[in-house]
Amino acid sequence: MTPWHHRLFWPLVTLALLLAVNALFNASFLHVEVRDGHLYGSLLDILKGAAPLMLVSLGMTLVIATRGIDISVGAVVAIAAAVAAWMIGGSLVIHDGVATHVSRFPMWAAIVAVLLVGLLCGAWNGALVAGVGMQPIIATLILMVAGRGVAQLITNGQIITIYYAPYFYLGNGHLAALPFPFLLAMAVFAALALLTRRTALGLFIESVGINPSAAHLAGLPARRITFWVYAFCGLCAGVAGLIVSSTIKSADGNNAGLLMELDAILAVTLGGTALTGGRFSLAGSVIGALIIQTLTYAIYSLGVPPEVNLVVKAGVVFAVMLLQSPEFRRTVAGRVRRAGPPAEAA
Amino acid sequence: MTESASPVLALSGIDKGFLGVRALHAAALRLFPGEVHALMGQNGAGKSTLIKVLTGVYRADAGSIRLQGQEVRPRSPLEAQRLGISTVYQEVNLCPNLSLAENIFAGRYPRKGWRIDWARMNRDARELLVHLHLEIDVTRLLSSYPVAVQQMVAIARALSVSAKVLVLDEPTSSLDEEEVRRLFEVLRQLRDEGMAILFVTHFLDQVYALADRITVLRNGELVGEWATRDLPAPALIAAMVGRELAQRRAATPPPQDAGAVEPLLALRGLGRKGLMQPTDLALRPGEVLGLAGLLGSGRTELAQLIFGLKHADRGELRLDDRARNVRSPLDAVGLGMGLMPEDRKTDGIVPELSVRENIILALQARRGMWNRLSGQEQTQLAEQFVRALGIQTADLDTPIGLLSGGNQQKALLARWLATHPRLLILDEPTRGIDVAAKQEIMDEILRLAGEGMAVLFISSEIDEVVRVSHRIAVLRDRRKVGELPAGCQEQDVYHLIAQQP
Repeated sequence: MTPWHHRLFWPLVTLALLLAVNALFNASFLHVEVRDGHLYGSLLDILKGAAPLMLVSLGMTLVIATRGIDISVGAVVAIAAAVAAWMIGGSLVIHDGVATHVSRFPMWAAIVAVLLVGLLCGAWNGALVAGVGMQPIIATLILMVAGRGVAQLITNGQIITIYYAPYFYLGNGHLAALPFPFLLAMAVFAALALLTRRTALGLFIESVGINPSAAHLAGLPARRITFWVYAFCGLCAGVAGLIVSSTIKSADGNNAGLLMELDAILAVTLGGTALTGGRFSLAGSVIGALIIQTLTYAIYSLGVPPEVNLVVKAGVVFAVMLLQSPEFRRTVAGRVRRAGPPAEAA
Repeated sequence: MTESASPVLALSGIDKGFLGVRALHAAALRLFPGEVHALMGQNGAGKSTLIKVLTGVYRADAGSIRLQGQEVRPRSPLEAQRLGISTVYQEVNLCPNLSLAENIFAGRYPRKGWRIDWARMNRDARELLVHLHLEIDVTRLLSSYPVAVQQMVAIARALSVSAKVLVLDEPTSSLDEEEVRRLFEVLRQLRDEGMAILFVTHFLDQVYALADRITVLRNGELVGEWATRDLPAPALIAAMVGRELAQRRAATPPPQDAGAVEPLLALRGLGRKGLMQPTDLALRPGEVLGLAGLLGSGRTELAQLIFGLKHADRGELRLDDRARNVRSPLDAVGLGMGLMPEDRKTDGIVPELSVRENIILALQARRGMWNRLSGQEQTQLAEQFVRALGIQTADLDTPIGLLSGGNQQKALLARWLATHPRLLILDEPTRGIDVAAKQEIMDEILRLAGEGMAVLFISSEIDEVVRVSHRIAVLRDRRKVGELPAGCQEQDVYHLIAQQP
């Protein structure tokens, strides 16, 4: 098979192009240096910054593969961040001349609670879609709208600042020289890739996405699969909420994870998974998330005025989508060939 | 129809390949104005491909299409339609949530200035349908009418663009006898008005009832073109399969000694209010039980109750002489049942998945998610069935949606055989597939029963039921009205169906 027929070829080309643009306008973009045994540089900032979106996109990939959609993930990130901030809180206590960080609840309990909250949010969506039979976009719209209110309730309408230093490791720490959030996202990716390809889960999800009625008739537990896929998507959003709250050391019910559902859907699509369900690519979604983060980075580093950056982003996304569409490429190729020199036509 | 007239449409030397598989080679077809022309061939002979080339869905790799002497090259169905080639597909492809009139004029709504001229649209639509002997409310939604009406709407749509050539791909596969008769009346009328009609079907009797001329394809190549009167049925079948298919009749299976074997499946008053009257039925290992009845008699509904697709609210289902509660296909599969559904497109195939994945799907479902069949096991299993059932596919990784109907059906049969079912329910397994594939599937059914599998065979073609069944249960109005032993005649079945209660 020729390389440009590989499903990841065009996403990778897009990512390379965006990196090249960044490198062109910013001489130090590709520079990576070692500081305190950790790698630093713009590229690592992108890896770190993309982690929450990668996580959410991985969950979204499976949802979309079942022919569904989850537009509540941004709100779930906000809820998770709010729960984390409230449970950690924290202060610095100096006791007998020794400075110790104190959190409201033990950190492990807070993390477990956030994960459970994420799972619960996803399970709610899953129950509405698989149990009640609601249309996915409507079912998840409920939590999308209500979720921000729930987050506000938890934080009492305030922005809660986190002071407990050990918690900052989740969003800002390093492991084996690499940013911890990126490694966390990669770990989830690897686990999910194993789970979908080493078990029959991938086949089941694709079958349910392409022809739910045939899958049901062949004896697949179609509803159970759908339910767990949404639950898992909520869990991923919960993990993303942990990272977000740790990175910015606070929880803002209004703005945490804002519009993240759209970025995630975009990342999945850019990665080559069709919104019509069926065949999915987890690696593609990871690349899609990197594309979006690189684009965001470029917009900021090129000094695009903040008022118009969404427009610029939309423009680039539009161009990328065209580039990745086989129909569009064929049409353009056809035009070019017809407009070519007569020698070729003859 | 005169031989001297020049053809309105002539295809010659058409080549078309897919991913290295040659679907058509030097295929040809001539259509004359005022004739009904039957395009015949087995599954995979290239009929569908040729039609898709003709209607602009595919582009031929080589060859020419001449419409009234002019070389044309339709690049899309829309362009073909503008040229005067209209198609009515096997599955009616209209919009169920638009009105009849909107469907007929979709994309070409008559305008009054900037606004749509609804009055004129509805009036024109009504006139077109009256021309087809159909007087109905054109403002109602398409979905509120039966398939037969939808088909007429598709034809009316073709007529509204003043088509010169009308292509009908298996128009009768979902119609009952009366509807077929009315369709044929309309087609004859259109033929007499000078239209050229290309007609694809698997029903031989319909070819002889309607067609003036026949073109036969085999393995993507032209076998020949005949006037219908010069090609009697045995010769036609021989041309299609390339060998003398000596009107092979599977020897009627020997009747079993009913008391000798304990039934595998026993229904005791199984039913559901509004769906199926309480029904008693027994099915023994190695037995083929035919379910005969007219459309809507409850054949499919009974199968759905047994397989857990619908839930019974009375009676019991016993398997191995134990009462079982089958709540879902998952339960049924676990108990060793399989069901080949009536509609293979909507309930059977997973079109974008490969032949291999489609074949192993039910077995994998039965093994569960954690116990995945390895790639090697999958390939072995799929290869074995592709060979045993003669499934024609480029390779195991071809998406099943690209296969012809008969091969899809064989792959679905393979899907269930891979689970080694003890009870296999076949709901219309031979619908929409060609004679040779039909015969192969019926032979396979008898072979499986010979190996001890219990088969529940449902078909609307009574002669098929009579041919393969050890025993026939006859249904009418959602109740069982009687049973007939092996060796009974078609007439006996009709008699039982027609009997007044």
